[in-house]
Amino acid sequence: MSKHHDHDHEHSEIALRVEAIEALLTEKGLIDTKTVDEVIRFYEQDVGPLNGAKVVARAWTDAAYKDRLLRDPGGAIAEMGFGGPEASHLVVVENQPRVHNVVVCTLCSCYPWAVLGLPPNWYKSPAYRSRVVREPRYLLREMGLDLAEDVEIRVWDSSAEVRYLVLPERPAGTEALTTEELAVLVTRDAMIGTAHVKVPA
Amino acid sequence: MNGIHDMGGMHGFGTVEVEPDEPVFHERWESRVFGMIQSLGGSNIDAGRHSIERLDPVSYLEKGYYGRWLAAFERGLSSAGVLTPAEVDARMGSAEPTASTASGEGRTWRPTSRNYVRKVDAAPKFSVGQNITTRNHQPGGHTRLPAYGRCRRGVIVRVHPAMVYPDDNAHGRGENPQYLYTVRFDAAELWGPGAEANTGVHIDLFEPYLELEA
Repeated sequence: MSKHHDHDHEHSEIALRVEAIEALLTEKGLIDTKTVDEVIRFYEQDVGPLNGAKVVARAWTDAAYKDRLLRDPGGAIAEMGFGGPEASHLVVVENQPRVHNVVVCTLCSCYPWAVLGLPPNWYKSPAYRSRVVREPRYLLREMGLDLAEDVEIRVWDSSAEVRYLVLPERPAGTEALTTEELAVLVTRDAMIGTAHVKVPA
Repeated sequence: MNGIHDMGGMHGFGTVEVEPDEPVFHERWESRVFGMIQSLGGSNIDAGRHSIERLDPVSYLEKGYYGRWLAAFERGLSSAGVLTPAEVDARMGSAEPTASTASGEGRTWRPTSRNYVRKVDAAPKFSVGQNITTRNHQPGGHTRLPAYGRCRRGVIVRVHPAMVYPDDNAHGRGENPQYLYTVRFDAAELWGPGAEANTGVHIDLFEPYLELEA
């Protein structure tokens, strides 16, 4: 919603303010530009939904791994080289034909950074945070996921330091695909629970 | 606190707008704010969240996610005596944008993992399958019991280890670790007779928020 309210003037004001803060903190020796750059690039390039997609695709093709992922998610993602903040207490919730899981943080915007990267704006929006707990079926339909009435919806509100990752269902018709090919199909939204994994037509 | 941040179940926020192929950061300043905070590290996550909650409701909504981070960051720097708002005001416009130095290769920075689990002597008070009621807990300070989950009946579905208790840690009263439980609530219990059928909400709740159902 802020996008519609922000004007160029406000943008430049805030940009100038942030530049001033960074200059002052650098002069005080508290931060350095190189480290700030590295942090940004780490979250732009090194972590993102592809981490989670690799975890999901492996769980689909390796039953023993899936078992470990559900029992000890932190250990299972560490096997793939993933971890760090926002993943110390990871819980993986598995979609089934009659059970659909969807994740939110109504109080702020907690999100499993280590496997999904930083959250998209819509996940942080008041509309999503307010509505998905009250009317998940209606909202998911509005977002393009039409669930039958006999599918139980389980909403997970990340109100503490536990972080949730949805293990989506493997779509039919993907039996011949390799783990690498499957990972390409797994979207961020499917791992939040606002979409199914689809096979491109 | 009963703040604007506690949005679960509120009406009137409209549709969820999904931006296709959204970038990780939309503006350079957002990435700088994020990068500065992460590179400093070591902050008290609960105090940080509470600082954001204490923004006035209009600012909270208008600033957006990284704008809120910036406001809380500045407040923290000011209260720690590192940087006053006046210093920042005076410097604005005369600071050259910092040049990006990293080539993208040979990065050494890695996030430090935080672990909130703490060992406590007591055993957990509740066990899986027990029916609980959430207390009418609404402190003026920080809490992680959302308003929509207060005074509601639910079932314990998972017992987690004891973890740092945000209600105390946010206010410098120590970590006071408490057991954490995942509690399942039926939609009808939370939202009344108009609730969607075949739906439940799970909330992660600390032991002091809960009592056995009478």
